Amino acid sequence: MLNISPEEIVETLLMITQQNLDIRTVTLGLSLEDCADEDLNVMSEKVYRAVTERAERLVPVCDAISREYGIPIVNKRIAVTPMAQLASACRDADVTPLAEALDRAAREVGVDFVGGFSALVHKGTGDGDARLIASIPHALSTTERVCASVNVASTRAGINMDAVLRMAEAIKETAALTAERDSFGCGKLVVFSNMVEDNPFMAGAMHGAGEPDAVVNVGISGPGVVRAVVSALPEDADLTSVAEAIKATAFKITRAGELIAREAARRLGVQMGIVDLSLAPTPAEGDSVADIIEAIGVKRCGGPGTTTALALLNDAVKKGGAMGTSSTGGLSGAFIPVSEDAGMVRAVTDGALTLEKLEAMTSVCSVGLDMIVVPGDTPPETLAAVIADACAIGVINNKTTATRLIPAAGKSVGDTVEYGGLFGAAPVMSVNGWAGTKLIRRGGRFPAPLGSLRN
Amino acid sequence: MRTPAILSVLGEDRVGLVAAISRVLADAGANIEDIRQTIIGGVFSMTMLVTVDEDATPFDELQALLAAAGEEIGVQVTFQREDVFRFMHRI
Repeated sequence: MLNISPEEIVETLLMITQQNLDIRTVTLGLSLEDCADEDLNVMSEKVYRAVTERAERLVPVCDAISREYGIPIVNKRIAVTPMAQLASACRDADVTPLAEALDRAAREVGVDFVGGFSALVHKGTGDGDARLIASIPHALSTTERVCASVNVASTRAGINMDAVLRMAEAIKETAALTAERDSFGCGKLVVFSNMVEDNPFMAGAMHGAGEPDAVVNVGISGPGVVRAVVSALPEDADLTSVAEAIKATAFKITRAGELIAREAARRLGVQMGIVDLSLAPTPAEGDSVADIIEAIGVKRCGGPGTTTALALLNDAVKKGGAMGTSSTGGLSGAFIPVSEDAGMVRAVTDGALTLEKLEAMTSVCSVGLDMIVVPGDTPPETLAAVIADACAIGVINNKTTATRLIPAAGKSVGDTVEYGGLFGAAPVMSVNGWAGTKLIRRGGRFPAPLGSLRN
Repeated sequence: MRTPAILSVLGEDRVGLVAAISRVLADAGANIEDIRQTIIGGVFSMTMLVTVDEDATPFDELQALLAAAGEEIGVQVTFQREDVFRFMHRI
């Protein structure tokens, strides 16, 4: 007998057809540790073969699941072992061939992005790490589908301030090398504090050392669904009711993610990893985290009250999501990328949302300074200081933070850049001119905070 | 393999609608376990619980046949595995 009511069935169908409910990503995590070789060309060939063989069925399996369950799986992606680990096996100064091998493999198996051109340098930069970081600008300019990420800070280790400045320089170099595409290369480069090993979302996905050989991680979505639920509440509904409604919706969204994760893992014959409870916006109208904040009752995202609304949203999503899966993981916090969220773009254009407010928002959600376009002539020390501020929030509050800044070559405040697709378009935001240049040039290590002493 | 699935039809009510859909299911060896009709928000909605015999007709093949039948009669037909609804709406 039918134990689901027609109303519940229609609710699910409306979520999918009108409110952009989808599974944002099914990401196959692959260990490539066995590809290490002292000959870079041999190693690159091993990487290409390993990825194409192990991820061969990812796209067809996800497409079949998507059809049968009637839930779109927007992205199929791959996360691999941080390439700095492999880079340490060879002696080459430029390890771009590893990125090119990943790029070819991604194209071959039909995934749009592969993450893991990465290094973890929060406590110090090894030789392989340094060569990988030096290769990032070249790698991101010659490949389409490879994403790079570098962890420069952790609560346990503090902030590697030399690495922060080095990354700011790498961002500037990447911006210059991809200048003809408005420095798009920087959209594929994330600088982290407290990076996680099982993040399914790009551009910061990688397959950590604590993971099995292969694993399926799923990132949920659904800002449009949450906004619709909040908008349907009475105007005078109190915040407890708002939180309750978001929680109930997050449960349903997460259950869809849990189902897809289980099924994808079963069909691919690999372990199911985690369900990431992040609300991830897209440039599609209505699929916006900023719109939820405004539906909760802030006149324009970025205005006073925004941090409160975002904190309430983020917390309610976690509470509902935690009930929906026992495999929470990844970043599991709302994303607030500017260019990828039409509501955020509108808020910036209206003058309501600034870099400083986004930094405050970082303290209550997952990834704060994300897909922010800044003037092309922003000095590296200023970029480094912005990154350091995000890291400080992460390190002191024992949470992940990330920055994805794009100093668009030749662009200044007032210009708009257009990246298309999921990356969207964004106005160039102004950066406070009173940066801590001297602070950044001091370098060294920001010591691990007192909060790191937990044993 | 016998797979439970939910078939939903949204659109304008019309003569022969149930017959057209049922014929496709019968030809494919799929059994109708339950059927309900209602008007939700002014839109005709029909929901069926169906058991698909995947040895007789693979799921995706039946899905395509139903979509084509829906197009012919001018209604939207969605055919999904049943567990997606169980997962989302039941603890």
